[in-house]
Amino acid sequence: MTGDRETVVVTGLGATTPLGGDVVSTWAAMLEGRSAARRLEEPWAEDLPVRIAARAAADPAEILGRVQARRMDRCEQFALVAAREAWADAGSPELDPERLGVAVTSGIGGIGSILAGYDTLKEKGWSRISPFTVPMLMPNGSAGWISMEFGAHAGAHSLVSACASGAEAIGYGIDMIRSGRADVVIAGGTEAAIMPLNIGAFAVMRAMSTRNDEPERASRPFDRARDGFVLGEGAGIVVLESLSHARRRGAVVHAVAAGAGYSSDAYHIAHPAPDGAGVASAIGRALADARVDPEQVVHVNAHATSTPEGDPLEAQALVKALGPAADGVIVSATKSMTGHLLGGAGAVESVAAVLALRDQVAPPTINLEDLDDDVPVDVAAEPRPLIKRGAEPMAVLNNAFGFGGHNVTLVFTAA
Amino acid sequence: MTEQDILAGLGAIIEEIAGVPVDEVTPNKSFVNDLNIDSLSMVEIAVAAQDKFGVKIPDDQLKDLTIVQDVVNYVARNAEGSA
Repeated sequence: MTGDRETVVVTGLGATTPLGGDVVSTWAAMLEGRSAARRLEEPWAEDLPVRIAARAAADPAEILGRVQARRMDRCEQFALVAAREAWADAGSPELDPERLGVAVTSGIGGIGSILAGYDTLKEKGWSRISPFTVPMLMPNGSAGWISMEFGAHAGAHSLVSACASGAEAIGYGIDMIRSGRADVVIAGGTEAAIMPLNIGAFAVMRAMSTRNDEPERASRPFDRARDGFVLGEGAGIVVLESLSHARRRGAVVHAVAAGAGYSSDAYHIAHPAPDGAGVASAIGRALADARVDPEQVVHVNAHATSTPEGDPLEAQALVKALGPAADGVIVSATKSMTGHLLGGAGAVESVAAVLALRDQVAPPTINLEDLDDDVPVDVAAEPRPLIKRGAEPMAVLNNAFGFGGHNVTLVFTAA
Repeated sequence: MTEQDILAGLGAIIEEIAGVPVDEVTPNKSFVNDLNIDSLSMVEIAVAAQDKFGVKIPDDQLKDLTIVQDVVNYVARNAEGSA
């Protein structure tokens, strides 16, 4: 306990992303500044205005094996693969199952299973639909599978807030430990939505980049020539643990999961509020919850998806929330490399934020050739060292926002 | 179609759907207790058996087919009946 409440720490990290099938390969590719975006060669992409995406580097079905994979949606497969890695990284803790919780979610859920099931329904009739279709399409399926894998009885939860989902799940996991419901929580987000319906639906909103001839240059947050996001897929998982529990078992602590802040724009179902007030509120509430001063913040893993509208609003909200302290903050947008993992984004980017803190380096924002005039923050185009600014301990933020007006900010501090 | 043919065909289906090695699918094994096959996978197995053997297993029959030999018998009886 720290004073009046339990301190929550991160003891395990897992990720399967377009840049790599695990944390080490993903982080190495981020520091190298590699783009995972590629041209979509599937015939279904031919007639779409967007023919690029960032596919996961490793096929989770191969890792899990045919029998398990056929019962799980691809998003659930990603989540389980990343959860296994995070659990092993945490040292596979032995604890009372009643004290182990899960908070893993998805922005969309098993959309591939919905589409495949509907095709089967139309072509072959209801009796040929897989009897696993419902557990494959439900957005809480990943939480259920992970609870079974690790025997977690404290509760398995799946808050859904579109592209803020993965970050919100981590915030919920922090609350589970602080409120005394669990000692350890497996938390994160996942998505597998590189399907014609999703691409068409985002494209018709004019939210996606159509830089089809240069996929690796398409995701370019904060750059003047950005024209929308690139869809990615994969999962990020963290193992959260009370500091007292981590100490008792001698666990390696990657970072302190210091706090979370939330707000809702209550403005438009898909557009961010034009004054960025909601984002600034989430950041301010997160700092208050974490008991962190703006001067402690050295780095922000931004939500920045590479849309014309969203990126400058986020940057302006950072300045609003951090005040003069915003000057010393190094901002990175790793979606420039991974693409946008939707419900997985906030979780993968939290993994990146924790690694940035651990290694004291901000990953680059690739394709940043001409910083937009409306972006009043220091964006790292190359990897940059993170240097303590006097106030202790160093803190990093991860922002995640979702359609519906959901804003989530997580704060991690040095262990 | 002999009983051996049906058993071999059923074994292949169960291996594909539930991952049970085909040589473990022997006549006296219980689907639930021995082969660890749940009711959802049994639905898949029944549909695959219908495709393979041309014998539809209605739900009210399926619930009574508890061991491998029960399915073999059901398929043999109904395949002959329809032949």
